[in-house]
Amino acid sequence: MIRVEGVSKTFRGGFEALRNIDLTIRRGEIFALLGPNGAGKTTLISVICGLVNASAGRVLVDGHDNVAAYRRAREMIGLVPQELTNEAFTTVWDTVSFSRGLFGKPKNPAHIERVLRALTLWEKRNNRLLELSGGMKRRVLIAKALAHEPQVLFLDEPTAGVDVELRREMWNVVRDLRDQGVTIILTTHYIEEAEEMADRIGVIRRGELVLVEEKHALMHQLGRKELTLHLDTPLSAVPPGLASHELTLAEDGHALVYTYDTSRPGKGEGTGISALLTDLEAAGLQVKDLHTRQSSLEEIFVSLVRENA
Amino acid sequence: MNLQSVKTIYLAEMARSLRTVLQSIVSPVVSTSLYFVVFGAAIGSRISEVDGVSYGAFIVPGLIMLMLLTQSVATASFGIFFPRFSGSIYEILSAPISYFEIVLGYVGAAATKSLILGLIVLATARLFVPFTIQYPLVMLLFLVLTAITFSLLGFIIGIWADGFEKLQLVPLLIITPLTFLGGTFYSIDMLPPFWQAVTLLNPVVYLVSGFRWSFYGMGDVSIWASLGMIALFLGVSLAVVNWIFKSGYRLKP
Repeated sequence: MIRVEGVSKTFRGGFEALRNIDLTIRRGEIFALLGPNGAGKTTLISVICGLVNASAGRVLVDGHDNVAAYRRAREMIGLVPQELTNEAFTTVWDTVSFSRGLFGKPKNPAHIERVLRALTLWEKRNNRLLELSGGMKRRVLIAKALAHEPQVLFLDEPTAGVDVELRREMWNVVRDLRDQGVTIILTTHYIEEAEEMADRIGVIRRGELVLVEEKHALMHQLGRKELTLHLDTPLSAVPPGLASHELTLAEDGHALVYTYDTSRPGKGEGTGISALLTDLEAAGLQVKDLHTRQSSLEEIFVSLVRENA
Repeated sequence: MNLQSVKTIYLAEMARSLRTVLQSIVSPVVSTSLYFVVFGAAIGSRISEVDGVSYGAFIVPGLIMLMLLTQSVATASFGIFFPRFSGSIYEILSAPISYFEIVLGYVGAAATKSLILGLIVLATARLFVPFTIQYPLVMLLFLVLTAITFSLLGFIIGIWADGFEKLQLVPLLIITPLTFLGGTFYSIDMLPPFWQAVTLLNPVVYLVSGFRWSFYGMGDVSIWASLGMIALFLGVSLAVVNWIFKSGYRLKP
């Protein structure tokens, strides 16, 4: 749906915001772009949407160059910006209708009503924007972006400053849109958001795309798992017979933690769990309970950013 | 041409003027009326005719021009500055709309509003002083060209300004003084020869003079010089707007 080919951006003053970015966004997917502050997420979105001129490279939206064929490219895109940018004195209905007209679409009150209802803004349609809460204003921005029935929706930090309940509501709205065939690209600081919604994840750092991967594959490949063994009798130290498993003591000696990697088999065989259990029995330790935990995307993200530092 | 988008911007800007109808329409009409009361009735009654026209009638074209210039600049500059200020300009710049269409929407609305105001002030003036318009079509041509040209200038100021202070700076420190010194209230024949020569460097003299010519068939400079000046203004404004969009100045990094 979107192809970014060799895009670089150097601002006046020499700041290199994007470096030779190549990226393909598939039709109908939710793609999450992660990265620390100042990594270049918003600049990349701005280049694709035509708000910032690329210094090099090109962007194709459904095959249309976003500079040479900007009308065809832009009419497919809806953008929800990071900042709450609204004209305070207009009503919800007027501002959303304005967005539709601005994108060259004829009036369609039924569509505007559908969008406002989906975003639970219908009751507020005659309110001026200055009368709305921050969460409502953010929903208005989403409504404006959807007013012209775009095929691609960019959400730049869509849930920043939004409470947990509203955030979950928004996730549902985004999923509904994806189900309707809209391609969604979101940037977020909330890893939970990407983990919850994204099909694929891209990590950008200092203007470079350091990784693009299916979310599940990413978590599978990079996800470290932890096996926690709860012991009957507490230990003061890891017994010498278990030293080769690199265990750590936890919970004041009541638990042993074994870290393994499902994609990189441990010593000897598989993940090394069988060998560990055998050695535990040989050491005479009684396990009363055990549980495993997979690394969260946040941990993966932090480790990725550190690796590339 | 994306007419739907142009129409949307145009109507939104017109609606903004209607929302602030008191500030947009009533206030210029009131201030122009005050000029007529003070200069036309109170002081003007003690001044003899200027170039064969009563003083009250003489200042009508100048006052309309004063209002037209200030309103065109103010409306157009605020129209584009406000979305820049609020950040909502992102929507305009990411829409499938050409630069020409953006200008057409904003400048068209500002020029329309100024034109309407010009005609309202003209009608208001008629309540105070009797006058005739010898060349109504030329008068309309001047009104339209001046409204478009100074709305373009306002658009440029709205892009250039990075704060409300700058937004006020040009209208307050340049447009208003040039208009006051541009023969709005006097004929430049009344000035000593040196100041007559200096005044001819003021471009607004040519606009006021041409506009006055359309009313009474006489002006400080020839009608062709006036038309040439407005054409030059228009050309320069269009060139600057074109450069702004080509370079992305203050709009697109």
